[in-house]
Amino acid sequence: MAQTTSLAENMSSSQSITLRIARYNPEHDSTKTFMEFQIQYEKWTTVLEAILDVKKHFDHSVAVRYSCRQATCGSCGMIINGKPRLACFTKISELNSNIITVEPMNNFPIIRDLAVKFERLFDTHHKVKPYLIRDDTEISTNTKEFLQSPEELEQYIQFSNCIKCGLCNSACPTMATDSSFVGPQALAQAYRYVADSRDKGKDDRLKILDDSHGIWRCHFAGSCSQVCPKGVDPAMGIQLLRGYMLGFRS
Amino acid sequence: MRESIIMKIHYGTALAAVALVAVHILMRLTQGFSESLEYDSVIANYKFLPYAGMLEIILILLSIHGFNGLRVILLELKQGKTYEKAVSYGCVVAMIALIAYGSRTIIMVNTGMT
Repeated sequence: MAQTTSLAENMSSSQSITLRIARYNPEHDSTKTFMEFQIQYEKWTTVLEAILDVKKHFDHSVAVRYSCRQATCGSCGMIINGKPRLACFTKISELNSNIITVEPMNNFPIIRDLAVKFERLFDTHHKVKPYLIRDDTEISTNTKEFLQSPEELEQYIQFSNCIKCGLCNSACPTMATDSSFVGPQALAQAYRYVADSRDKGKDDRLKILDDSHGIWRCHFAGSCSQVCPKGVDPAMGIQLLRGYMLGFRS
Repeated sequence: MRESIIMKIHYGTALAAVALVAVHILMRLTQGFSESLEYDSVIANYKFLPYAGMLEIILILLSIHGFNGLRVILLELKQGKTYEKAVSYGCVVAMIALIAYGSRTIIMVNTGMT
């Protein structure tokens, strides 16, 4: 009896929204179109769950990339009501709108519908050498692990929260026009390793970023930091990295 | 030249130009605005060497800063090896041409060619 009441309460809390999904297949479409679906949602329903509901009940051909459903894998980045967000980390109820529009991320080539290619992001990420560079190793006999003080850890720890979802690159205005720009994700990761006291590859990385399409093309719009779902502040990382270039930091 | 060196010059020229243009504006305030732009007044300014020297420095600073800014904008608008080379060299040539043209005016006044 108690369970029935609870279910009835849940049913009564259910509301409806219109979910507009961008449809585009570069192989045969010339422009993006939108398909609308009426979706029932609860206050805890995420945008990803709504999209998966569409796939399950209305149109299984909607292309979307997702995996963990808990803002860890960084797969489900998309533009939700005009802002880059993770679909699994965005509740419909928090959008305060009866119409939810989902589109593929900006500044990424579209594979189909909401799925985009990540090659450029991974290439630039790889370009900045996102690993510790040093000649010795802590995995050898008679040596200790590389010690680090809490203060040294504090220098870069927030930047290691990056999940490579690409939302920062999607929000970046420079990325929109400069196809060779390294992008906020890679620049923030470059700072993460440059600021790591165990790393010895600072000069290598700064040389890579000191290019006509490198760190200097950031105009400090700050939109990258605004959209990061993990609280990383790439705009700050870029400014701190510039400090090394200008000789304010060593 | 490395981009960091170019950008250091870019920031440096901006700061120096702000300081010198402020001096230039203050000098203009020593007389009325319309009076300041009269032919004789302008010629007199050019003939006063320390002031003419400052105007020359402002011209150089603003040309370097302005054309590098234009180069940056153009590099962000479009990419490609040939295009980028053309933009970079084009901006250097335009910068030199503007400095040469401005310097020519100061030199002509000081050598009595006006």
